[in-house]
Amino acid sequence: MKDNILQSLNLEKIAKFRELGLLGFIILLAIIIQLLNPAFLTFGNLRDLLTNTAILSILALGMMLVLITRGIDLSIGATLALSGMITALTVSAYGNLHPLLAILLGIMVGIICGVILGLLVSKIGILPIIASLGLMNVFRGLTFWVGGGEWVSAYQMPPSFKSIATSSFLGINTLVLIAVVIFLLFYYFVNNTITGRQIYAVGSNPDSARVSGINQTKILILVYTIMGGLSGLAGVLWVSKFASAQGDTATGYELTVIAACILGGVSIAGGVGKVTGVLLGAILLGVLSNGLPLINVSPFWQMGIEGMIILIAVLFNTNVKMLVEKNNLLRREI
Amino acid sequence: MLRRWVLYVLLLFVFGILVACGDDSETSGDAAGEGTTEEGQEETDGEQNRYAIVFKNTGNPYGEKEMEGFENAINELGAEAILRAPDQPTVEGQIQIIEELIAQQVDAIAIVGNDYDGLQPVLTKAMNQDIKVLSLDSAVNGDSRMVHINQADPEAIGRTQIQAVAEIIDNEGQFAVLSATSQASNQNLWIEWMQTELEEGDYGDMELVEVAYGDDLRDKSVSETEALLQSYPDLKAIVSPTTVGIAAASKVITDKGLQGEVVVTGLGLPSEMAEYINNGVSPWMYLWNPLDVGYLAGYAADALVEGEISGEVGDTFEAGDLGSYEVTESEDGTEVLLGEPFRFDEDNIDEWKEIY
Repeated sequence: MKDNILQSLNLEKIAKFRELGLLGFIILLAIIIQLLNPAFLTFGNLRDLLTNTAILSILALGMMLVLITRGIDLSIGATLALSGMITALTVSAYGNLHPLLAILLGIMVGIICGVILGLLVSKIGILPIIASLGLMNVFRGLTFWVGGGEWVSAYQMPPSFKSIATSSFLGINTLVLIAVVIFLLFYYFVNNTITGRQIYAVGSNPDSARVSGINQTKILILVYTIMGGLSGLAGVLWVSKFASAQGDTATGYELTVIAACILGGVSIAGGVGKVTGVLLGAILLGVLSNGLPLINVSPFWQMGIEGMIILIAVLFNTNVKMLVEKNNLLRREI
Repeated sequence: MLRRWVLYVLLLFVFGILVACGDDSETSGDAAGEGTTEEGQEETDGEQNRYAIVFKNTGNPYGEKEMEGFENAINELGAEAILRAPDQPTVEGQIQIIEELIAQQVDAIAIVGNDYDGLQPVLTKAMNQDIKVLSLDSAVNGDSRMVHINQADPEAIGRTQIQAVAEIIDNEGQFAVLSATSQASNQNLWIEWMQTELEEGDYGDMELVEVAYGDDLRDKSVSETEALLQSYPDLKAIVSPTTVGIAAASKVITDKGLQGEVVVTGLGLPSEMAEYINNGVSPWMYLWNPLDVGYLAGYAADALVEGEISGEVGDTFEAGDLGSYEVTESEDGTEVLLGEPFRFDEDNIDEWKEIY
């Protein structure tokens, strides 16, 4: 009897339950905030919320792939700043540059950063945390050097560039639209393509992945390149949204991104993570950063509350994992 | 074999990083101070005084201007300026630089503190070795300095901003304050003076509804501004005494098309605010001139070294083009006030946006 219950409680169901739990938590949070400030669930505020969460969700999707391969990328905040700074300087020098070209330029800068990290991790075998920590400082230094210590301000950017973030298509803000497109692409990529499945294989068991003929080097370079490209894209969007490029843009933002992934159920130990979960994780952080100012929480508590929620999510994750492992062991006995 | 090769590459990488770091601090000192060339000069005439300025961190355009002002003053005096700043805005970085400056036996150290109390041991050590120590812009405590150069009177800054917002919204309506972090001492002091001005002046129809904190982060400042607009639909103005906050608030108002309905004023960098002053979101705003802050600190350092002043209340000295200044009492120690904050509006913003 007990065995039956445990057996029916397989991994897939728990993963589903976990996402439902997260969704439930978000709804609960939204109701609490709504009761304290009726301005929360208004069209205008939800639009703000989605626009502000778009960049975070784009980065979190890339980070999910990196975490699945048992890696981590701490350099994305710096990559974002570097790409944003280079793009801002370019559009301020060539005012009639088409916004699409500006976006492409940013993505290229990010891809170059990502490829360097990918090579260090896969070919030379440096631990991802060390390699990305080193590159984080290199990219941050480059940002200061490229910008000459100066900021690029709103008046130096042409209106066409600033309108990337403010324009909308079919009533949906461009930032949100880009995030949705990337989400759909990722959903298809990780679930329905061979390369997408190989990423999971490399993360959950590197040895069997090698034995079954998966080119690990290629997969690792690929995930860091995708991460870099997305950071580059996020850099352009960031600078366009806030109309200012600073040397210290998005310092420490990588931790927010990693937090969104962990909240979404991605395991730091690799092999586990779902696109929908990560999206929910990003939305939860978005609700917190939008909602806490609305209910007048003291600034001292804001960070504390965010941290506590992340901790609760991780504890939940660990417990679920222990349950699954116990379940697997029981099955082995039979 | 492969493992050994990997080890070599790793070692090379670590070495590379070390070299890069070493290089970095040298160039930052260099770019800031032209230290090497001037040190050569110093050997030829050993009599020349050396004055050092230590800013919060490198790569801050505001800091570059402050150090430039300091250098201008020192050059006018025919002495040598050493301009230094750590890579990150930390106390540890500043302590290390000050230790180096003590070892070099400079004549005076002007410090823009990253911490109010944390620099006391090293600055006391400097003063014990007869190095004159003064702070500027961001103060250190009264025991670790001889005098502080205050960019503007906190009282004048606080009161001026309330007077400005009252003038813009015709003495009527709700307004909010968007500050940096809740622990930023200078911001908090200005906000206290704003509240004092509100109580003392004739602002019966004006209401300060909330003080929000954007932590000087773009994304957080934007969220806080949006929350203010949602929570207070009748909001008439946002006063933001911080560069990132005022620009972020202005950007939100611009994007939402609320020009004229909600105005923004406060303290901001002219380059960051040029766009929003020209599009009418912010009719005018204030800031002091960082070139002048540095310049005044340069002359004050010289006056201390030459013995014209000792940092006591009532001392006076001449500060080049800026005229005569007097040392006054502050809450903790003594200070020199630069003057009223400078007003930036449509008429002068285009000439200032290129400068800083």
